Amino acid sequence: MDKKIYSVSEITQTIKMLLEQSLPTLWVEGEVSNFKEHYSGHLYFSLKDSDAQISAVMWKSRAQFSDFPLEDGLQIRALGNIRVYEKTGRYQIDIIQIQPAGTGKLQAEFEILKKKLYQEGLFAEENKKPPPLFPQSVAVITSPTGAAVQDILQVLKRRAPYLNIYIYPVKVQGIGAADEIANALKLANETPFIDVIIVGRGGGSLEDLWAFNEEIVARAIFMSQIPVVSAVGHEIDFTISDFVADLRAPTPSAAAEMIVPAIEDVANTFNSLNSRIIYALNSYLEYKKQRILSIKNSYGLRRSADIIRQNIQRVDDLAYRLSLTSEGLISKNKEKINQLKKQLNNLNPETILSRGYSITFKSNKIVYDASDLKKGDILETKVYTGKVKSIVD
Amino acid sequence: MKKEIKFEDALNKLESIVEKLESGKVDLDESIKVFEEGNELIKLCLGKLNQAEQKIKKVSQDSTGDIKLEEFE
Repeated sequence: MDKKIYSVSEITQTIKMLLEQSLPTLWVEGEVSNFKEHYSGHLYFSLKDSDAQISAVMWKSRAQFSDFPLEDGLQIRALGNIRVYEKTGRYQIDIIQIQPAGTGKLQAEFEILKKKLYQEGLFAEENKKPPPLFPQSVAVITSPTGAAVQDILQVLKRRAPYLNIYIYPVKVQGIGAADEIANALKLANETPFIDVIIVGRGGGSLEDLWAFNEEIVARAIFMSQIPVVSAVGHEIDFTISDFVADLRAPTPSAAAEMIVPAIEDVANTFNSLNSRIIYALNSYLEYKKQRILSIKNSYGLRRSADIIRQNIQRVDDLAYRLSLTSEGLISKNKEKINQLKKQLNNLNPETILSRGYSITFKSNKIVYDASDLKKGDILETKVYTGKVKSIVD
Repeated sequence: MKKEIKFEDALNKLESIVEKLESGKVDLDESIKVFEEGNELIKLCLGKLNQAEQKIKKVSQDSTGDIKLEEFE
């Protein structure tokens, strides 16, 4: 019996042929470990799962076209060929192309969609609609059985007991969730009088929140004519919905807080408007009143009264002056009369007699010329007091 | 679902009324009229706040695509 003795090279060559020819180019999924980037630019690592591992290499010529950074622990899908490396007798997968898988896959898809929608302008500030200050009707798109809806209702009940709340029950995770959410967004836009929409859910894993990273949801939010507040998971969770929405709330409760002012604030606003409008009317009326008063007191209106008063005064003045004049006249005349009286007095013969003069009569005629007299005439002489009879000698 | 005046609209209306009154560019009759209008709006809004009855409805679509409202428990 002939024994076929293989050399190491021959058997390795046989294994290489068997392996490389029977295994076509294939996809394999596993976790990256022992990752090393060689200075030459080639990438060396292992792909493993819980039970096995396989060596992997990605040559620089291919690695340079991959924008997906590798690291230990990452779940990836690799397209490649199984190759046997004769020198060490080991086989490895020669990777042509890699894709993220598992969480890494979602993360990468997230980044890709985010970039795409960003470039399309779905996140642009100028497309964001500010939510109304005082909504009266709010749409809540979420699971009817989750904690989120209860959180939202609780806050709204406290802050805005006047609010109309419309719940749009949807699946928030799993197959069909994204479609339901997108459809509810459309439905809310068809419901009359909705002022603002809250879309969201409580916290969960990246996979749980995934519906809010789907393109269909992002586009439905973008298309909404009504302002949308995105409230997905916790403070640290960011979803595509958050970027597209008009407002991002860190949690569902916070979304409820953000969309309505507390009832006291609303009441205050209206109360202050109430005082303002009353004050405005009062000031207005006061202003009109002042104008009427000022017209009433205006020079024009006062002028006629003034003319009358001035004339009265003028009459008074004239009367006064007149009185002054007549009085003057009287006193002046009195003086003259007195003067005349005095003069008259002086002319009174009695007055002359009082000074020692006398008047001599002959036969009751005043004697002016002594030559008119002859011896024996009887004269009568009047002195101041009494008469004297005498005979011419 | 009756169409009611929205707080937002009431607020805008009130702002313009107050500004009108404050500017004094209205005649007397007009000023009384707008004041009364404003007063009504404020009463309406404050009244609405104080009614305090929150209505919670569940919205869905029936098979024909019409909007359906139900009580939400």
